[in-house]
Amino acid sequence: MVDLTPYRAILRSRIRAQLQYRTSFVTDILGTVGVGLTELAEVWVIFHNVDVLGGLDFTAALLVFALSNICFSIADMVVGHLDQLPTYIRAGTIDAFYVRPLPLLAQFMSSEISLRRIGRLTVAIIVLAIALARAEIAWDTATVVLLILSVLSGTAIFSALFTAAGGLQFFVVDGAEFTNAFTYGGSYAAQQPQRVFPDPLRIFWTFVVPTAFVAYLPAVAILDLPGNVLAPTWLAWCTPLAAVFAWVVAGSCWRAGTRRYQGAGG
Amino acid sequence: MRTFALLVRAGFRRHSTYRLALLAGMTTNSVFGLIRASVLVAAVTAAGTQIGGYDAPKVLAFVWWGQALLGAVNLWGFQEVGDRVRTGDIAIDFLRPLNPQLTYLAGDLGRAGINLILRGAPALLIGALLYDLAAPPGLDSWVLGLVSVVIAVVVAFAASFIVNLLAFWVIEVRGIRLVWMITSGFLCGLYVPIPWFPDWLRTLAQWTPFPAMLQNPLDILSGRVDGGAIWMTLAGQLAWGAVLIVVGQVVLHRGRRRLEVQGG
Amino acid sequence: MTVTRADIAPTPIIETQDLVRDFRRGARRTRAVDHMTFAIQPGEAVGYIGANGAGKSTTIKMLTGILKPTSGRARTCGLDPMRQRIEVARQVGVVFGQRSQLWWDLPLHESFTILAAIHRLDPAEAQARTARLVDQLEMGPQLDTPVRSLSLGQRMRAEIAAALLHSPRLLILDEPTIGLDVLSKQRLREFLVEERRQRGTTLLLTTHDMGDIERLCDRVLVVDRGRLAFDGTLQGLAATVGAERLLVIDLAVPTPPLEGVQRARLVDSESDGLRQRLAFDATQTTAAAVLADVSRRAEVRDLTIEEPNIEDVVRRIYATSRGS
Repeated sequence: MVDLTPYRAILRSRIRAQLQYRTSFVTDILGTVGVGLTELAEVWVIFHNVDVLGGLDFTAALLVFALSNICFSIADMVVGHLDQLPTYIRAGTIDAFYVRPLPLLAQFMSSEISLRRIGRLTVAIIVLAIALARAEIAWDTATVVLLILSVLSGTAIFSALFTAAGGLQFFVVDGAEFTNAFTYGGSYAAQQPQRVFPDPLRIFWTFVVPTAFVAYLPAVAILDLPGNVLAPTWLAWCTPLAAVFAWVVAGSCWRAGTRRYQGAGG
Repeated sequence: MRTFALLVRAGFRRHSTYRLALLAGMTTNSVFGLIRASVLVAAVTAAGTQIGGYDAPKVLAFVWWGQALLGAVNLWGFQEVGDRVRTGDIAIDFLRPLNPQLTYLAGDLGRAGINLILRGAPALLIGALLYDLAAPPGLDSWVLGLVSVVIAVVVAFAASFIVNLLAFWVIEVRGIRLVWMITSGFLCGLYVPIPWFPDWLRTLAQWTPFPAMLQNPLDILSGRVDGGAIWMTLAGQLAWGAVLIVVGQVVLHRGRRRLEVQGG
Repeated sequence: MTVTRADIAPTPIIETQDLVRDFRRGARRTRAVDHMTFAIQPGEAVGYIGANGAGKSTTIKMLTGILKPTSGRARTCGLDPMRQRIEVARQVGVVFGQRSQLWWDLPLHESFTILAAIHRLDPAEAQARTARLVDQLEMGPQLDTPVRSLSLGQRMRAEIAAALLHSPRLLILDEPTIGLDVLSKQRLREFLVEERRQRGTTLLLTTHDMGDIERLCDRVLVVDRGRLAFDGTLQGLAATVGAERLLVIDLAVPTPPLEGVQRARLVDSESDGLRQRLAFDATQTTAAAVLADVSRRAEVRDLTIEEPNIEDVVRRIYATSRGS
C-alpha cells in the first residue's frame, strides 16, 4: 500500500498557504466562477438561436457542458500546474525532487493544488444538477454507475493530458503555450456536441486525444439518445479504457521527459 | 512623431524574437479556430441559412479573422504598467519627454503589428485553406477593415491602460483584472458573435468598449457590415478610442499628481 | 573458507570509474567530466575543489541520479544512482548551495515536518532529531520564519539541518559556504566537524574556498577542466604545490625591507617600505609567528592575509607535474 503521508503533508501545507491570503483567495474563486459562467453563457447564447445542435437539445448540451467542466476543473485543480515545469526547472526544484526518496511525478503533482478552481467546479456541478433534473432520465443502477464512471474516467483523461503536457515541457523550451492548445483546447472540444465536427476532427478528438469520452459519449448514453457510427452508445462504457490509453501515453511522455532531463542536463 | 515611429518599430522587434511562442500561438489559434468554426457553422446550418446576418461563409470568416486578430488586439489586457505603478518605476516614465500613454501605445502597436503578421496571417491562411471563408466584399472592406483593426488595437490598449492606472489608488487590482479578462472575451464577440446575443445582452455589450475591440473589425472584414454602414461602425469605434485615450490622459495626470503628493 | 579481499575491504561509499559527462550545445560538445576515477570510503571527509566550471557540480549530479553519465560508472552507497535513485536518496543527504530544497513560503518548521514525512521517519524520533539539529545549528528563533525571509547564512544552516534529518550515511554539500560571511562559515564548519565526530557521517564537499578544505577535510580531490588533477591529503597537496600564504603588512613608518624574517620570504616592499609583502609556508609556520617576528622589528599598523586561491593551486599542480 502506497504511503500517502508525505503527499498529504505537502498538500496540506499548500492548502494552508493558499487559505492564508483570504481576500485574494476569494477573489480567485469568484474569478473561476466567472469563467464557468462565461463558458455557460456561450452555450446558452447559441441555443438562444437554435433548438438543436449536433443532435443535442439545450438540456443535453447542458449535460455535456457540466460533465466536461466537472472533469476538467478537478483535473486542473490537481495537476493543472504541470505546465509550470520550466519554472520548477529554473528554480532547481526538479533537482530537489531527484534527491528525495519519492517518485518524481508524484512529487510534482502533489507540489501544488489550485483550490481556486473550485469556483468553476461549483458552477459545473450546479449545471449538472439542473441538466439531470430537466432531462427525463429513466434512472437505474446502470445509469448511475455510468455517470460516476464517466466523471472518474473523464478526470483521469484530462489529468493524463496535463501530465503528457508536463513531460513534453522537458523537450520544448516554454512549450506551455503549445501544449495548452491541447489541454485547454481539449476541454473546449469536450464540451461540444461531437457531431458538429467534420469526421477527421471527430476521429481526432475521440481516438487520438480522447476528450469525446469525457462528456459527449456518456451524455448520449445517459440520455438514451440515438448514437451514430462514430458514437455507438456502448462506447460510453469504454471511457475507462480511454483513460488507461491516455495514461499510457502520458506515462511515456513523462518518462521520456525525465530521461531527457538526465541525458541533456537541466 | 519620429520618436513614435521608432518606438513602434522597437515594439515590433522585441516581440519578433519570440518565434517559438508565435508558433505555439498559431497552434492554439488553429485548434480553437477549428472547434469554433465547427460549432458556429453547425449552428447556422441548424437555424436555416443564417443567424444575425451571418451565413456559413460569413461566420467562418468571423471565426478565422477572430483567431487572426487575437494576438494583435490585446483583449485580456496587460500588467506591465500596473506593475510599474506599484513598484514606483512609473516615476521614470514620467521623466521622459514623451507622454507615457503614447509611449506604451507605440510599443503596443508594434507588438500588434508583429503578431498580425507572424501569428495572424498564418492563422487566417489555415482557415482559408480548410474552409470556404467569405472574403471581404470589396476593396473598401479590406482597407477600412484594416483601419478598423488598428482602431481596435488602440481601443483595447487604452481601456487596459486605464485599468492598469487604477494601481495608483487601489492596491489589489487582482479582482478588477479578473473581471476584465472574463468579460472582455465574451463581450467582444470572441466566442459567439454579438448579433447572436439576446437583445438585452446585446444592448449591454454595446454600452461597453469591448465590441469595438473585436466585433467591429470582424463585422467589416467578414462582410456582414458593408457599404455605407461601415462608416457608422468605424465612427463608433473611433468614438470609443477617443474617449478612452482622453480618459486615460486624465487618469494619468491625476495619478502623476498623486505620486508627487505622496512623494513617489 | 578463504577470506577474500572484498571481505576485508569495506565497500566504498562513493565510487567512480572512468566517469565521463559530455554536454552538447548545438554542434559543440563540451566535456565537463573527463574519465574521473576515485573511491571514497565510509567516514572520510573529502574536499572536491576546482575552479568554476571545472565539473564539480556535474559529478555531484551524476552521483545523485540527476544526470546520466555519458560513459563510465558511478556508484553511491554501492547503488547505481540512475537505477536506484530512491534508495540512494534514502541514504544520502544533499545540500545545493545555490538552490533551496526547502519550502519557500512556509515557516521553517513545516519544511522539517514535511521532510520527516517524506523520509517516513518515526514522528517521535523525527521530532527529537529536529530539535537536536535546530539546537546545534542555533536555528531556534527562525523556526517560525518563512524560508524566503531567512538570511543566506540562516538558510544554509537550515538546508544542512534538512539534509541531515534522516541521518544519512553520506552528506554531499555543493558549494555550501558560497556567499557567506566569515562568521557564518566558521559556525557551519564547526557544526560539520562535530556532526562527523558524533555520527561518522561521510562528507563530500565541493567548494572553491580553501578555508573549507583546511577546516573540514582530510582528503582533497582537485579537478581541473573535468580531469582529476590531484587526489591525496591536504598535506600532500601543500607538499606538491607549497601552501604559501601572503601576509601583507602596513607599517607605521617607512621601513627598510624586512629581509631575514624567520621562515618567511620577502616578496616585495612598496611605498618606501610602508607596505611589505611576506610569503610564508602555512605548514611550517603561522601568520601569527611571522607577525610576531615582524613586530619585533617594526611597528605594524595594519595587516591582511591573502589565501592561495584555487586557480593558483591548480596552476601550480600542473606546473609541478609538467616540470617533474
